[in-house]
Amino acid sequence: MIDKSTGIEEAISRISDGAVVMVGGFGVPGTPFMLIDELVRQNQKRLTVIKNDANERNMGIDHLLRNGQVERLIVSHIGLNPHAIELMNEGRIEVEFCAQGILAERIRAAGAGLPGFLTDIAMDTLLARDKPTIEFEGQAYLIEKALKADVALIHCHASDPFGNLTYAGSARNFNPLMAMAAGTVIAETENLLPLGGIAAEAVHTPGPFVDHVVHLHELTQEYGVVRR
Amino acid sequence: MSGDNERMIKRAAREVLAGMTVNLGIGYPTRIVDYLEAGFPVCMHSENGISGQGPALPYEQADRNLIDAGGAYVSTLPGTAFFDSATSFALVRGGRLDLTILGALQVASNGDLANWTIPGKFTPGVGGGMELAQKARRVVVLSTHLDKRGQSKIVPHCTLPLTAHACVDRVYTDMAVIDITAEGMCLREIAGGLTVDDIIAATGVPLLINENDLDTF
Repeated sequence: MIDKSTGIEEAISRISDGAVVMVGGFGVPGTPFMLIDELVRQNQKRLTVIKNDANERNMGIDHLLRNGQVERLIVSHIGLNPHAIELMNEGRIEVEFCAQGILAERIRAAGAGLPGFLTDIAMDTLLARDKPTIEFEGQAYLIEKALKADVALIHCHASDPFGNLTYAGSARNFNPLMAMAAGTVIAETENLLPLGGIAAEAVHTPGPFVDHVVHLHELTQEYGVVRR
Repeated sequence: MSGDNERMIKRAAREVLAGMTVNLGIGYPTRIVDYLEAGFPVCMHSENGISGQGPALPYEQADRNLIDAGGAYVSTLPGTAFFDSATSFALVRGGRLDLTILGALQVASNGDLANWTIPGKFTPGVGGGMELAQKARRVVVLSTHLDKRGQSKIVPHCTLPLTAHACVDRVYTDMAVIDITAEGMCLREIAGGLTVDDIIAATGVPLLINENDLDTF
């Protein structure tokens, strides 16, 4: 199996201006902070970012927002980042809110090669505005479109060089779904193990989904416990 | 926090029965675990991909990779499982979540719930709230009876954008326990020290009341 180890600069250079970028994580756990930092350094513009949340002030996604790189956010919740709410209210970024499990399922659908799915979640609420409905077996449903990205940025606990990944604790969240739903998948890993170092039955994301493995030799402060 | 709110949380904790899988919303609902006896056989679910979630931990003992959906650092128990966000909401939408206890901005007499946005003032996004409210087998609201301006949160019709339609089964407040029935809202229990008239005066909708079958909590 081939070695997908890639330097962080080369990996992030695969992102172009105007790209749709999925970013794993729910709060701090699972957020690829160092891939985000490199994306800030390279300064690609007009991005659409798909993530569960916008992290917190001065963390993760907020660096992209402060650097003016984000045109549009697709998220379930931005309540922990008042700066993101300000930008939205001032019309400086566009925000599409999606029910959390429907966001996950739209990403999963794209990864599974499905164009969309039917659901009654959010029927007749603000989130159903602009979404087509259909009658199926006597019931009305919303049609939810699959959500694809050009690039997915993933954080994992351990990877082998082929890109078999495992996640720690609640850091799994959106990562395995996004790792299936993008044209180019970049995984940063805290630990790089040799092939066979992750037992076959312990693999959460199988290697064929992953294009680049970036080994983090040291973690920045943002990965630590946040004292609010 | 006032004693009335502690009493409300303690009363609502009796909703949690042995063997249930339960999701507690942010705010007062999260505090329900403080009123469950140690080792009580319940499986706590968190939207970010945990079943069998253990108690919250202080920062000194926190695992940086282990938070609940509200961002609090939590622990594992023997039997805890981690999973991705699609699996987490399959558990909710697929009918495996026995009970959710949620906060509220408004509850209407038909069980409509508004708890996620005040347009122009509070627009954080809905998170997992719609799916919890729409698909948990039992949906219970735990909230103060009145909002910050002293207005009843129990209303004839929600004026705020809905989280879900006709989803609430029961409401626990610092003043009363109220069921949503096909006939309307039915007063079941009142907080000690209050009278039925106090409840009626503080509630924005007519209540069905059987004075012979009214407990105090």
